[in-house]
Amino acid sequence: MDLHEYQAKEIFRGAGIPVPPGKVATTPEEAEAFAREFGGMVVVKAQVHSGGRGKAGGVKLAKTPEEAREHAGNILGMDIKGLTVQKVLITTAEDIATEAYVGVLVDRNSQAPMFMVSAEGGVDIEEVAHTNPNAIRKLTVDPRYGLLPHQAYWLANSLYDDPALIRQAQKIMGQLYNAFINAGASMAEINPLITTPAGVVKAIDAKVSIDDNELFRRPVIEGYRDTSGEPEAETEARDADLTFIKLDGNVGCCVNGAGLAMATMDLVKYYGGEPANFLDIGGSSNPEKVVNALKIITADPAVKVILFNIFGGITRTDDVANGIVEATRSIDIGVPIVIRLTGTNEEQALEILKNAGFEAYTSMDEVVSKAVELANQA
Amino acid sequence: MSIFIDESTRLVVQGITGRDGSFHARQMMEYGTNVVAGVTPGKGGQTFEGPDGKAVPIFNAMDEAVAATEANASVIYVPPAFAAGAVMEASDAGIGFVVAITEGVPVLDMARAHAFARDRGTRVLGPNCPGLISPGKAKVGILPGQIVAPGPVGLVSRSGTLTYEAVYHLTNAGLGQTTCVGIGGDPLIGTKFIDCLEAFKQDPDTRAIVMIGEIGGTDEQEAAEYVRANLDIPVVGFIAGQTAPPGRRMGHAGAIISGSAGTAAEKMEAFEANGIQVAKRPIEIAELVQAALAG
Repeated sequence: MDLHEYQAKEIFRGAGIPVPPGKVATTPEEAEAFAREFGGMVVVKAQVHSGGRGKAGGVKLAKTPEEAREHAGNILGMDIKGLTVQKVLITTAEDIATEAYVGVLVDRNSQAPMFMVSAEGGVDIEEVAHTNPNAIRKLTVDPRYGLLPHQAYWLANSLYDDPALIRQAQKIMGQLYNAFINAGASMAEINPLITTPAGVVKAIDAKVSIDDNELFRRPVIEGYRDTSGEPEAETEARDADLTFIKLDGNVGCCVNGAGLAMATMDLVKYYGGEPANFLDIGGSSNPEKVVNALKIITADPAVKVILFNIFGGITRTDDVANGIVEATRSIDIGVPIVIRLTGTNEEQALEILKNAGFEAYTSMDEVVSKAVELANQA
Repeated sequence: MSIFIDESTRLVVQGITGRDGSFHARQMMEYGTNVVAGVTPGKGGQTFEGPDGKAVPIFNAMDEAVAATEANASVIYVPPAFAAGAVMEASDAGIGFVVAITEGVPVLDMARAHAFARDRGTRVLGPNCPGLISPGKAKVGILPGQIVAPGPVGLVSRSGTLTYEAVYHLTNAGLGQTTCVGIGGDPLIGTKFIDCLEAFKQDPDTRAIVMIGEIGGTDEQEAAEYVRANLDIPVVGFIAGQTAPPGRRMGHAGAIISGSAGTAAEKMEAFEANGIQVAKRPIEIAELVQAALAG
């Protein structure tokens, strides 16, 4: 789960990292009032789950409260990569001497948290990784010991020459690591970490992603969830404990297992169709899950056909067939359904489905090409 | 032969009294796996009723279970909050092979557990994996026993049901398996493609290998290079997620395209560039294996 900048900054402040003061406004009037409260120059920053806010015109410097109001008026409601801006962060503008990059993430190869820092901050770090990989210092942390003092010093020392700056940055490295661990993050980033002309190190931007698997034990962070930027169907699916991702096609897919679901989408494309969604209904034959899945898929008016692809391993496919029959009886679908069931008791399953008037198959290729044919006819 | 598990496997089921643990303990015993103990804290001294009147002793803790039964493998069906702890407990008790089925384990928990297990020489499979099966010998996990058959193909996959799909076609085509391993869909997994390839290389009965990957990470690319440098038996590959949009997590926690890295196209290219035949559809996997073994 991605956090907004203002939420990430709350976490950073809680960990002791120096962050300039800021407040979240939802109207131009509020923006003006906060700017007046802070005094001096402020930055008005769009709060959306998207990179490239600055390039899109979602980050503006304001010299006066009136100007802050004007910028907020322009930015609120703005579309940034398909997301509507509903909140802006008003934060004091800082004098910048240098900009550095500091990030920590879970590295798949070393299976441990890994710091990446670079004196070339304020830019796209993936770009730096490409063009000038030597400018990035990487350091793996043993999660059993945490970030050791000398490691924090190594990182800070790679960014600055001035001992006073190194001391401040060393402390921030430790605080960032603690924030990362305590939030259950998969990534935490300060870009840029600035130094002011007066010699103070501060975080003026913040980006944090939380490991979804941590949310069950972190209710405060779960409370940060902002569903306004995602399709309604994805919110409903999460509430129904289904994994659903909306796509642009017209073949609604309902599959058990994430890998098979992806392979089914790929096969739809192979046969000349476009999948309308990714949906993993999991391993159960629970009719309620099937009902919820069908409701979510059919809420999309683009869907012209629904394709079930179920491989019954431990689950008996005749149970699944009964679940589908029961589910489809209770709601109005309005588009054709084609079903593929393979695995334990597949003969009985096909019998049940055919008796209920469904087109049923045992081959994945057959059912997918049939679904694409129906979608293209509609 | 087979890899990781066979007739000599003496298995402890961690979480044997739970819904999933008890169901799959019975399924594994029916398949012929030697389940020697179960562990559930607070239920020590009770017995688990398996199929055919077979009783399995339940212990409070792994150290007791290992001391009493000389178990050498364990499988974990405990809830996400306790799964990493269960891995470390098994490793601490001297278990050499731990299979973690649990889905939804916090990644930072696993970072600690993997480091702990590595230091003690324990091989971890998973988490968030379906386990593995050596047809006719033993199964550990949740793979359906009825779709496999003994034979010459080694299979390793990041997926569950997609693995069943591939195995089903293999078995129907008369191509049995030495061992089918589901390594799991999480970003931090204990046993990777390369570990399985190394094990299959040591197994004289494995005469062809199927690798089923998906978007996210670079394990498939590294495994592809390993194949070219080290294996002289045919390898057939499949990658799921060609139509997956970047930046979205496709069900599996590890199935995400980050920036431009981890795409299906990139992985399929790496396979082809290293002599691995790529199946475009799941059904082609069995066809390509058959052709490779015949030729």
